[in-house]
Amino acid sequence: MTRELRRVTLLIFAMFAALLVSTTTIQYAQAGNLAADSRNVRTLYESYSTQRGPILVKGTPIASSVPSADNYKYLRSYADGPMYSAVTGFYPVNGEPTGLEYSMNAELSGTSSGQFFDRLKRLVTGQVPVGASVETTIDPVAQKAAWDALGSYTGSVIVTEPATGRIVAMVSKPGYDPNILAVHEGNKVDASYRALTSDPGSPLINRAISGNLNPPGSVFKLVVASAALESGRYTGDSELPNPGALTLPGTTAVVHNSDDGTCGSGATATIATALRLSCNIPFAELGMELGGGAIRAQAEKYGFNSTFTIPMTTAASVYPRVLDVPQTGLSAFGQGNDRVTPIQMAIVSSTIANGGMVMVPSVVESVTAPDLTPISGFNPATRGRAISEKTATALTRMMVDNVRDGAASNARIEGVAVAGKTGTAENGTTDPYTLWFTGFAPADNPRYAITVLVENGGGLGQTGYGNLVAAPIAKKVLEAVLKK
Amino acid sequence: MSSATESVTAAPTPPRGVRRLRRPQRVRNLELLLLVAACGLNIFAIVLVQLGTLRTLNPQVFILGTGISVLVFGVHTAMRFLARDADPFLLPIATLLNGLGIAMIYRIDLANHETGWQSAALRQVAWSTIATACAVVTIIALRNHRVLFRYTYLAGFTAIVLLLLPLVPGLGREVSGARVWIGFGSFATFQPGEIAKIALAVFFAGYLVTNRDSLSMVGRRVLGMRFPRARDLGPLLVVWAFSMSVIVFQRDLGTALLFFGLFLVTLYIATGRLSWVLCGLLLFIAGALVASQTLDYVHNRFENWLDPFNPARAQGASYQLVQGLFGLAHGGFVGTGWGLGRPDITPVSQSDYIVASLGEELGLTGVFAILALYILFVSRGLRIGFAGHDDFGKLLGVGLSFVVALQVFIVVGGVTRVIPLTGLTTPFLAAGGSSLVANWIVVALLLRLSDTIRKRPRLVIGG
Repeated sequence: MTRELRRVTLLIFAMFAALLVSTTTIQYAQAGNLAADSRNVRTLYESYSTQRGPILVKGTPIASSVPSADNYKYLRSYADGPMYSAVTGFYPVNGEPTGLEYSMNAELSGTSSGQFFDRLKRLVTGQVPVGASVETTIDPVAQKAAWDALGSYTGSVIVTEPATGRIVAMVSKPGYDPNILAVHEGNKVDASYRALTSDPGSPLINRAISGNLNPPGSVFKLVVASAALESGRYTGDSELPNPGALTLPGTTAVVHNSDDGTCGSGATATIATALRLSCNIPFAELGMELGGGAIRAQAEKYGFNSTFTIPMTTAASVYPRVLDVPQTGLSAFGQGNDRVTPIQMAIVSSTIANGGMVMVPSVVESVTAPDLTPISGFNPATRGRAISEKTATALTRMMVDNVRDGAASNARIEGVAVAGKTGTAENGTTDPYTLWFTGFAPADNPRYAITVLVENGGGLGQTGYGNLVAAPIAKKVLEAVLKK
Repeated sequence: MSSATESVTAAPTPPRGVRRLRRPQRVRNLELLLLVAACGLNIFAIVLVQLGTLRTLNPQVFILGTGISVLVFGVHTAMRFLARDADPFLLPIATLLNGLGIAMIYRIDLANHETGWQSAALRQVAWSTIATACAVVTIIALRNHRVLFRYTYLAGFTAIVLLLLPLVPGLGREVSGARVWIGFGSFATFQPGEIAKIALAVFFAGYLVTNRDSLSMVGRRVLGMRFPRARDLGPLLVVWAFSMSVIVFQRDLGTALLFFGLFLVTLYIATGRLSWVLCGLLLFIAGALVASQTLDYVHNRFENWLDPFNPARAQGASYQLVQGLFGLAHGGFVGTGWGLGRPDITPVSQSDYIVASLGEELGLTGVFAILALYILFVSRGLRIGFAGHDDFGKLLGVGLSFVVALQVFIVVGGVTRVIPLTGLTTPFLAAGGSSLVANWIVVALLLRLSDTIRKRPRLVIGG
């Protein structure tokens, strides 16, 4: 009987061993996977029952969690929702968050690695966990000015600090109210979400960093001019043939300048003149002389064809990888298959303003634990040098001329040297233009760089142009931020 | 075999005076110490539940926290007189498990805003009173476990009657598909199957002790295996098959598995015939496979077990299983803490799924601690098997311990996907009166058995 008993004892221990293994598998090995399952409402409830940290603009919350009496315990609430929607994104009960709510989720929910000891302390002391607060680099004055200046246009305004990469304003229009997507009734969220996605204005798209990328038009000439000056074979005074029309080699496509005339009166036009008057033909010629490879190399030094983490992930702006000669000609004045985001153009002008160093833009100033101990602060990050200081100075001079007595005259500000470049990009033979302005001020000591994008021709079809629509917006915003 | 039958009839009691002189109640004092610790932990758990859910303390602590303490100290006192040499670990472990169960049931009451007699925790305390009273009565009434041997066939008959009760019109109640409950009016419901497991353990032990020789020695060989004569195996098979069919008819798979396991293990220990056990297991597996293909409710259980996360089931048939897994995962290594998780999301989180609830709030560490308590409890029972002197006592002790172990395995294994999920209560922890009463009677029987064993050697020395 003892032998049998011993075997039964072993059986019993084997049964319990199986339970120890199964519970360990579920509660330890697979715990992460199970927590990540979208059907796991506990994860959802917990993410709400933790008081999510606020998103702050100069200390004032633009997103905060207020106590609510339901299962979720806290309701996410947004102040000035539409104006800041491009920054905050939204935090729904039944889907993925967007914007900073997504990118800074670990910090806001208190689960980032930097908050490990805080979590441990709260676990031991039994305190309710609280997320960290995220202070943004946004300046409320700049944000308001940009929001107001963009008016009813569809588009975006980005203002950065060239020396640091801080984004002080980021606006995308049309905006949306994140509050209607933060309610706890899933069906209401769904209805609001459906309404927003079927809205022809696509308000959920953050045009500043993603969305339908637009052709840059003439603002891309800054990149081509950079490539030319960097090659060492050209200066601002290098001359290019100046015909009234240019047939691209091997095609029947004819390039015209924007006024259908020549670029100035001479038989040749300098690069400086071509940039100042925003002439297409000389840049097409220049581009074909430089070759697509050189332009692409320069564009990629500025960040084209790659994404930035600001900490939202931006869409990569495109300079095509393979181009023949006529395509290179088109690409050199921002047409063809060139596609850019406003943030990429902001990086280009910020880099020129910053003496050639590419600063990685960021919208997060600092992260602070609930007990006010800093978790991380702002560290300007550079992506390396795109152009030499000499090239930057030369380009700045050309951009200042462009505003003073050139194609970007509507960005002029009394008493301030503004450097800028406009763009009027074609989208198709009959489609409305995409209108651009990118630049910075003051030119001698740049404090702010600004990029304005207006889609759909600003409502003017093919009759609007960058200087008419985008430049005045930049002027208004720059005036507001420089006045402070 | 003759020794066992002899010892059943002749059970000499040692002279009282001698025993008192030889050993002060060191065992009982150890038990007292452990009981104080267990009750302390239980009260602490209730306090933490209140702090975790209500963020304040209220007087219910005294009702829920001290209620069971008073009762178990009653059991302890009774044992100082009636079973002074009984195992000192069984009572504290049962107390701790019972108390943890009440704390978790109370915690889920709070989440569901249940108060008064709607509160399952209060009912659980009431049932604990009845259960511990039953335990005391058992210890008082049953001064010697060998008395049970006389009632072997009565026990078998009782098991069948108990199992038939839920089928009596007007008395039986069907809860979530299984007709295993009886109820009077709308208040008390009782699951007689829980008590039947004790009756069956007694019957199997008694019958096998008497007939094991004829079972294993006599019979004809078929295919290299000796099969017993029908008249030896008959009564056993009748009782067992009847219980099984009744249970299958009542759609209570968990209990079927429990009884079958008990049957095989006692049969194996009594006869030492592994081949029969393997045969039985093969038959069971074959039967289970056939059932899983033909019976809808069995089929569903299998499907849920194999693929609970299937989108077609996760919100429906396997919702409970999936939610339990989510809950356990949510608890992780150390758990959310009492009152800080969301165990109430899982259906029947107070009874069948109480282990998942505890796992969520106490974490893997808590589950390990609870399983360790069960292992300790079961191993104390198995000691009776090893150290016992009469075969009936050994078989009964091992049978009862094995029932507890298997029940834990079926429930926790079902929750954690070791085996398909079947409805059974977790011994001592789960909300439910019949389960509490049955398991406390198991405690009483094991205490009585262990007391008998410990007394014996001194008799030899003294005698």
